[in-house]
Amino acid sequence: MDLEHNTLTKEQIEANPMLPRRFRIDKVTWETQETFTHELVPIDGADMFRFKPGQFNMIYVFGVGEIAISISGDPDDDSRLYHTTRVVGSVTRRKQNLVEGDILGIRGPFGNHWPVEKAVGKDVVVIAGGIGLAPLRPVIYYLLNHRDQYKRITLLYGTRSPDKILYSRQLKEWGARFDIDVSVTVDSADTDWQGHVGIVTKLIPKAVFDPNNTVAFVCGPEIMMRFTAMDLLKFDMPEDKIYVSMERNHKCGIGFCGHCQLGSYFICKDGPVFTYDKLKSYLSIKEV
Amino acid sequence: MARLDVGSQVIIQREHFGELLEALQKKSYKTIGPTLREKAIVYEEIESVNQLPVGWTEKQEKGKYRLVERSDGALFGYNVGPQSWKSYLSPPEVKLWSARKTENGFEVEEKSDEMPQYAFIGVRPCDLSAINILDRVFLDDEYQDNVYGERRKGLFIVAVNCTEAGNTCFCSSMGTGPRSREGYDLAITEIIDGVDHFFVTDVGTENGAAVLEEVTWEKAGDSAVEAAEERINEAADSMGRDLDTDRLRDLLFNNFEHPQWHDVAERCLSCANCTMVCPTCFCHTVEEVTDLEGDHAERWRIWDSCFTLGYSYIHGGSVRKSTLSRYRQWMTHKLASWHDQFGTSGCVGCGRCITWCPVGIDITEETAAIRKSGKVPEEKVDQPQP
Amino acid sequence: MEDLEKIVSQHPFFEGMDKNYLELIIGCASNVRFDEGQQIFKEGEEANRFYMIREGSVALAIHGPGSGNVTIDTLGDGEILGWSWLVPPYYWRFDAKAKDRVRAIALDGKCLRDKCEENHDLGYELLKRFSHIIDQRLQATRLQLLDVYGLRT
Repeated sequence: MDLEHNTLTKEQIEANPMLPRRFRIDKVTWETQETFTHELVPIDGADMFRFKPGQFNMIYVFGVGEIAISISGDPDDDSRLYHTTRVVGSVTRRKQNLVEGDILGIRGPFGNHWPVEKAVGKDVVVIAGGIGLAPLRPVIYYLLNHRDQYKRITLLYGTRSPDKILYSRQLKEWGARFDIDVSVTVDSADTDWQGHVGIVTKLIPKAVFDPNNTVAFVCGPEIMMRFTAMDLLKFDMPEDKIYVSMERNHKCGIGFCGHCQLGSYFICKDGPVFTYDKLKSYLSIKEV
Repeated sequence: MARLDVGSQVIIQREHFGELLEALQKKSYKTIGPTLREKAIVYEEIESVNQLPVGWTEKQEKGKYRLVERSDGALFGYNVGPQSWKSYLSPPEVKLWSARKTENGFEVEEKSDEMPQYAFIGVRPCDLSAINILDRVFLDDEYQDNVYGERRKGLFIVAVNCTEAGNTCFCSSMGTGPRSREGYDLAITEIIDGVDHFFVTDVGTENGAAVLEEVTWEKAGDSAVEAAEERINEAADSMGRDLDTDRLRDLLFNNFEHPQWHDVAERCLSCANCTMVCPTCFCHTVEEVTDLEGDHAERWRIWDSCFTLGYSYIHGGSVRKSTLSRYRQWMTHKLASWHDQFGTSGCVGCGRCITWCPVGIDITEETAAIRKSGKVPEEKVDQPQP
Repeated sequence: MEDLEKIVSQHPFFEGMDKNYLELIIGCASNVRFDEGQQIFKEGEEANRFYMIREGSVALAIHGPGSGNVTIDTLGDGEILGWSWLVPPYYWRFDAKAKDRVRAIALDGKCLRDKCEENHDLGYELLKRFSHIIDQRLQATRLQLLDVYGLRT
């Protein structure tokens, strides 16, 4: 079979943002029992695209459909595309059965990004909950790649239980470094677990940062982001220095299908990343 | 005849109106206009004037639509039916692309549909505004929507000013009618006075002027222009509905927890009719359609509605489970958040959502109920208030 | 003794506490140490103390259904361990174990209860501080209960 052949030219794909580019799965890594990471490389001779931390792609699985998944790789490494997926719906269920060599369609990258450029010269606190670590991993890569531009860097990560920890080897590696503080907590654990138990906000008082010169990047379930933001505010962090990321249904990724609306925002183009002050009302209204 | 200037006004007599359709067809336009089907006025391809709903009008009320014969032979003696022009510009179902299965995945197949070049005949001012709004939605940002763009590109618009207002009309409130202001190639005002039957025609573009070269027209005298003006003013004064838009966005943003939402949610069936008939509702989904063997897959873009449960689905469930939240999403989007997104209201006052609601929910009444007991905030609010 | 006074008064739990009350409290305080893995208290034992953790971390565990011992909370530097001494019938509801070397101030609950009975102002001040901690822990427990990271289907 000739993988290099495609009936569409690069120009055609660029002219139509609804057409996917094809990528081959080069490696599948299971992070937890229900979460896996695909390493993808472009075929059809296409260039790898650049992305910014926090952006997402629409991933197409033949015969099933498309799903929005954030990019979880290193933004300074454009040789491969990384996507960490949790098995939850029809597309992700099919996606988990794909093997190395299989082909996916990719549209993107879409959305805005975690503004790492606005954190230059400041302390950075990255707070992730559950699968929310995946969209934040590019931030950690970026901060560590450009370590001298930032002051203290802290990663606080909370998840359900020790077996649900994403990127555990990497977290250990980062934890061993002296230029980033990494704390992990779980909601519950058996007594073998040596780490913290409790919700992620419990880690905030232990983190060292200057509230007047800090940028916080928070990603996780809405309720976790709300409580985290409220705790950061207790430490006198300004609302517009707390960034959170929202999740909604996406069908197009480019602002036309309407599904990702949150009040005045289209999450796909105005988000997914917002400062807390732009979102706080929305987070406190039900079913908005 | 000499090429008319943009902005000039002429008269086309009733007996020459067919020449307009012929001229457009000669220029390879596919002429789409109002016609009768299944006891309603819909927009379909029409080849001659006879296919227009000649001598018909509609009676519209909350949840009611009836065709009634007129005593005159008016070509455009009605307002708007259940359909809007979005059916042609962003069709209910469009194939985006298709793919063939390969050993390890798939291969995209090129799509090569010829785009028809449409001429819309009889676009009401409210619907003309709706097209202008859809232009902002689909063409006015970083990405452009190809589906809409390809169909919009060569569009020729013959607008028709309203000389009678329907019972569910409120374009005067929304500032969109009953006179067409911009965005047309030609705009006509139908005048019937005794035996006189003619169309005062405004030239909106060079294209419009070019088409008129093929049509018999005469100079518009002052009395004809005045008559047209008078009829339009009469329509403006006889709107069946009224919507107070004064700081409406802020009013709604400030009343996200207003008891009226519970009230309307008791009545709303969440049937999505209002979104289907709305000329500006643009939401759609994209679905995968496969053949039985699974060797071939197609990506179809299909109208969707914020009234469905699936619309807001994210893993673990829908964001908007209750009817209350879905009605609130629809109405506040239309009247409030639309301003933030596209710099205009999403409502053009066509009244379709009132007429076609099976339980007769009236957006103007719901808004008035919130205004009656809800507070307008002193200053502009940037987010809905809990 | 002077050292103990300094430690207690500088602990965040007693921040801003009236000096007279502090003296009463310090009268009930003692320095303690636990080695890694050492049991601090066990579920069902009489609760006659609480601890101000100065250094190290403590795991609170409970015997869960069919799953053996489950750690439900960990406490670290600057945090307060235990309030069962305050609430009748004064028995521990959890196991507490030192996860590493723990240095703490133990406060004699029986002694404090008596002093609080004698001096209700002291009792109120102490209860206020404890209710803040109880509230925080309850909020946290509620969030844990919600299982926010889990999949709801």
